[in-house]
Amino acid sequence: MKKRWARRHIVEAIFKVLMLVSFAVVAGSLTLILWTIVSKGLPAMSWAMLTQTPTGGYYLGKTGGILNAILGSLYMAGGGTLLAFIFGLPIALYLETYLGNLAWSRYVRLALDVLWGIPSIVYGAFGFLFMLAIGMRASLLGGIIALTLLELPIMTRAMDEVIRMMPQDLTQAALALGSTRLEVALRVVTRQMLPGLVTAVLLALGRGIGDAASVLFTAGYTDRLPTSLLRPAASLPLAVYFQLSMPYPEVQKRAYAAALILTLIVLAVSLGSRWLAGRLNKHVIR
Amino acid sequence: MDTHIKIKDLSVRYGERTVLDNINLEFPRGQITVIMGPSGCGKTTLLKGINRFLELVDGAHVSGQVMIDGQDIYAPGVDVTEIRKNVGLLAQRPYPLPMSIYDNVAYGMRIHQMYRNGSEMDARVTHYLEEAGLWEEVKDRLHKPATDLSLGQQQRLCLARGLAVSPAVLLGDEPTSALDPISAQHIEQRLIALKQEYTIVLVTHILRQAKRLADYVIFMYLGEMVECGPAQQVFEHPQKERTRAYLSGQF
Repeated sequence: MKKRWARRHIVEAIFKVLMLVSFAVVAGSLTLILWTIVSKGLPAMSWAMLTQTPTGGYYLGKTGGILNAILGSLYMAGGGTLLAFIFGLPIALYLETYLGNLAWSRYVRLALDVLWGIPSIVYGAFGFLFMLAIGMRASLLGGIIALTLLELPIMTRAMDEVIRMMPQDLTQAALALGSTRLEVALRVVTRQMLPGLVTAVLLALGRGIGDAASVLFTAGYTDRLPTSLLRPAASLPLAVYFQLSMPYPEVQKRAYAAALILTLIVLAVSLGSRWLAGRLNKHVIR
Repeated sequence: MDTHIKIKDLSVRYGERTVLDNINLEFPRGQITVIMGPSGCGKTTLLKGINRFLELVDGAHVSGQVMIDGQDIYAPGVDVTEIRKNVGLLAQRPYPLPMSIYDNVAYGMRIHQMYRNGSEMDARVTHYLEEAGLWEEVKDRLHKPATDLSLGQQQRLCLARGLAVSPAVLLGDEPTSALDPISAQHIEQRLIALKQEYTIVLVTHILRQAKRLADYVIFMYLGEMVECGPAQQVFEHPQKERTRAYLSGQF
């Protein structure tokens, strides 16, 4: 009896250590990444980085800033997230509200899961071919559309998972008052699930703003500020890519600064929406 | 007897399992009808038949008729939202909507577009909170989240919310089972006070509660209606053996 008791506790101790090791690996990697970005990027950070466009071209630009890429990324990810939300929320609500457990909902979810797994370069290539077909050139609009396609399955599926957590009793409480299913979806489900929906939007935004491959062909790159939907636009991930691939340390340092700015934008959006979700939380029924 | 709800040949199957077998019943207007019976006897299913909640259950198959004021609520072309507006439901556990106390009561009036003008809406919200016996406790915090209320207060809020769409029938599915004794007593008092205006149908497995509230009693057992009649008659002179056994606490 005593031996078995001891063995159970040894197993527990081993698993505790394994969990701690896993945690240490993850936390360590994150710290190293952040440390690399901060230590290499901070020296190149300056007011000019945030407020000017590059001088000397994006391959050779050693002075000026990357305002073009900052604005380009914000416009593209913002536009892509907005469009993905406009299409994604109705899909997610429809899936749960009207399809429920019908076979169709499984097909739609499967399709979205497959789309989620497609590499972003494929979205970029698809967008590029589509743009060629309609005679459109690489542009801010092209980048927005590519990011919309990339973000749509992520956001929709994340919102779908959130909406599926809706308590059945709460749905029934609303139906019992004579609500239509649409009224339940729009007036009750969205309120109850608001914090989760905000998280889903954020997840998609984070994916979109950090993606380089899908905007490579569709938005192109330019040293100019994005002022027109139909002209090429720069983006932060591509700024990192182009500058890091140069053999000049001065230019490479600027790549880390660009990465730092991108990280800070994502952090700010995360904290902002966390705060927002906390404030929207007060009516949620537990 | 002035019949308000009439159930004719109602049978309900969940998949292969028959839950209600050929039920025929009449519910008197303006009284409290209590449906009692051991768990699994089909009480709640019978209740769900009256506000068309059975169609929310996967695999449920309903046949027969449920007439409210002579209209079959299962007839084709009947607007289910109108049926549910007319038949309020007080669930086992209170589930306020994720909004403020005021908006919970106003919700139904808004979706049914009953009052357009703001001050009229304020007056109605006040009125129904009073009817549910909650007004005094919440009048200073109408715009606070409904989740701030205690469970007992939430159930009274759900009552106010249900009354606000002016139903003719009020269903209660063991509405006091999640509540403490004092809150349960509050709800019982409200139900007694409301029975002049509403036809109330209550499911309970608490015999003493049934005796306190019932004007009319239905006893169910294994998906069948065993006995029904005025409360005094059923409680004091039950006709059927199984009713007698249940009343004496044998199952």
